[in-house]
Amino acid sequence: MMGRYFAIRIGRAALTIVLVVTFAFVVLRLSGDPALMILGPEAPPEVLAAFRKAWGLDDPIWFQYLDYFSAIVKGELGRSMRDGRPAIDLVLERIPATLALTLPAFVFKVALGIPAGIYAALHRGSAIDRAVMMTAVAGFTVPSFVLALLLVLVFAVQLGWLPSGGQDSWRHAILPIATLSLGGAAVLARFTRSAMLEVLGQPYIRTASAKGVPWRKVVTSHALPNAAIPTVTILGFMVGTLIAGAVVVESVFSWPGVGRLLVVAVANRDLAVVQCILLLVALTMVSSNLIVDFLYGFLDPRLRAKGAHA
Amino acid sequence: MAPLVNIEGLRVAFGGVPVLRGVDLTLGKGEALGLVGESGSGKSVTWLAALGLLPRHAKVSGSVSLDGREILGAPASLLDQIRGGRVAMIFQDPASALNPVLTIRKQLCEALALHRDLSGKTVKAEALRLLNLVGIPDAARRLAAYPHEFSGGQVQRIMIAMALAGNPDLLIADEPTTALDATIQAQILELLSTVRREMGMAMVLISHDLGVVAENCDRVAVMYAGRIVEQAPANQLFADPVHPYAQGLIGALPPLDGPRRRLTAIPGTVPDPAHMPRGCAFAPRCVFAAEPCGLAAPSLAPIADDRAVACIRAEASRRALLGIAAE
Repeated sequence: MMGRYFAIRIGRAALTIVLVVTFAFVVLRLSGDPALMILGPEAPPEVLAAFRKAWGLDDPIWFQYLDYFSAIVKGELGRSMRDGRPAIDLVLERIPATLALTLPAFVFKVALGIPAGIYAALHRGSAIDRAVMMTAVAGFTVPSFVLALLLVLVFAVQLGWLPSGGQDSWRHAILPIATLSLGGAAVLARFTRSAMLEVLGQPYIRTASAKGVPWRKVVTSHALPNAAIPTVTILGFMVGTLIAGAVVVESVFSWPGVGRLLVVAVANRDLAVVQCILLLVALTMVSSNLIVDFLYGFLDPRLRAKGAHA
Repeated sequence: MAPLVNIEGLRVAFGGVPVLRGVDLTLGKGEALGLVGESGSGKSVTWLAALGLLPRHAKVSGSVSLDGREILGAPASLLDQIRGGRVAMIFQDPASALNPVLTIRKQLCEALALHRDLSGKTVKAEALRLLNLVGIPDAARRLAAYPHEFSGGQVQRIMIAMALAGNPDLLIADEPTTALDATIQAQILELLSTVRREMGMAMVLISHDLGVVAENCDRVAVMYAGRIVEQAPANQLFADPVHPYAQGLIGALPPLDGPRRRLTAIPGTVPDPAHMPRGCAFAPRCVFAAEPCGLAAPSLAPIADDRAVACIRAEASRRALLGIAAE
């Protein structure tokens, strides 16, 4: 019964990846000549021509596209135009640094945001609810670079407790992780709170109370499983940003992760590297969405039925 | 005989706006009481308040006793035993009354585990018995199903099974058939009266459908704007309503026999609870309204055995009666 539900979703995920890959190709070809960007406008025309020929940039666009696509299918993601190394190697060696920020940040987001949202919903209108919500609004309206700079100003410049950038020790990771966690926890707290409030207002919650279920159990076994459905959506989105969700924060704290690499590669028109990162981002996004869809099917019996009949 | 439930001076306000303005009601063991009135008159709120099921911001005062024991403001542990165990409740919209992500078995067995000393296999056997009792076909297989896999009428049957799980002394059916179509309505009401007879339960049937109440209840209480304006045995109320509002409600029903007549409608609308008239809440719509009606709200007073009305016209006629008797 679940087979069809998942088959449809896997098909959609594959289509999304094809579209992203195509989009990356088109946008990058339209946005400037890599030969000029890398060799400079003063380079002799024959050098530019040789560069273009070497990278296949003088072939017709549709030919380049087919070439590019068949290479991707074969798992060849090209070489960096800057130093000639395989693009995939350049990207893969940056991933651990990024995950060193985004994974702990993800854990903190969940550990802070979800309990805060649940608590605020259960004590709606209380002083703590208002405090949580004010923090949450501040947390997601303040852009991450502002928050990052604010944290640097307080903890690195004023107090001098923590370094303002670099990757030399675990202490260097604290401020970037804090920046990522606070914003994400705020989003998650607000989302969880509204999901909980929505569920707590449903007639089946009153039914559970009316049959004598103690309030604590009404919350844990009747409200939470229902509130988990919308919350999983936002969690899935957060999992999707584990690889490339730290572009701004990595730049502010000069953290040598995938995000920094992306910024540098775009600035240099290093097509293969940019494409490689985009493909990776698309893959993580699509697979986290797929996981979310699987979880929906697991959490919500109504969706399971819909998928089976779709 | 001591009443099962005795409600006195029950008042409820939401954010300073009074919704119940002093409800007095008693219910005997095994009795079927109909509670009628327009939407917003406080029929459901009365029972939600009695069982402590209103949101926290509701201000509740007065007294509700069950078997002589005060339950208004009782500790949560006592209320949890009463809810489902002594007093069960079923609601209007069956589609949203069951938890969509839990199986029927889980929801039914939860109620059984809470109120009955059953374990393991006996719980499932009892759940099956209840589903069979309320007429769910193929119950053994359907236990594993989710609420969305049942029709509205079937979900209401499951709700009834769940309400019966704790062997309650009182079942409050809050508009149990309003969301269902006519044939299913009749089946559900039939089921309710059967289980009531078999289990010797009392029942409160909340409805705005006078026909439903007339057929299923021994006694009827009419509510208007947060108060009870008339209560009487069902046959007497329908034959001879005293309060002008009750007369209006019954006058709006087409008679099945006799000559055709023009149906009467009650002019005007229910007063805004935030701006209640000072005297009788019905006075602005009442064709008999006189000057004293605007001065003070009449209290619910007996006019005969088992009949009570809140209207100064009834009071005047009763005083006249009493005066004659005293001479």
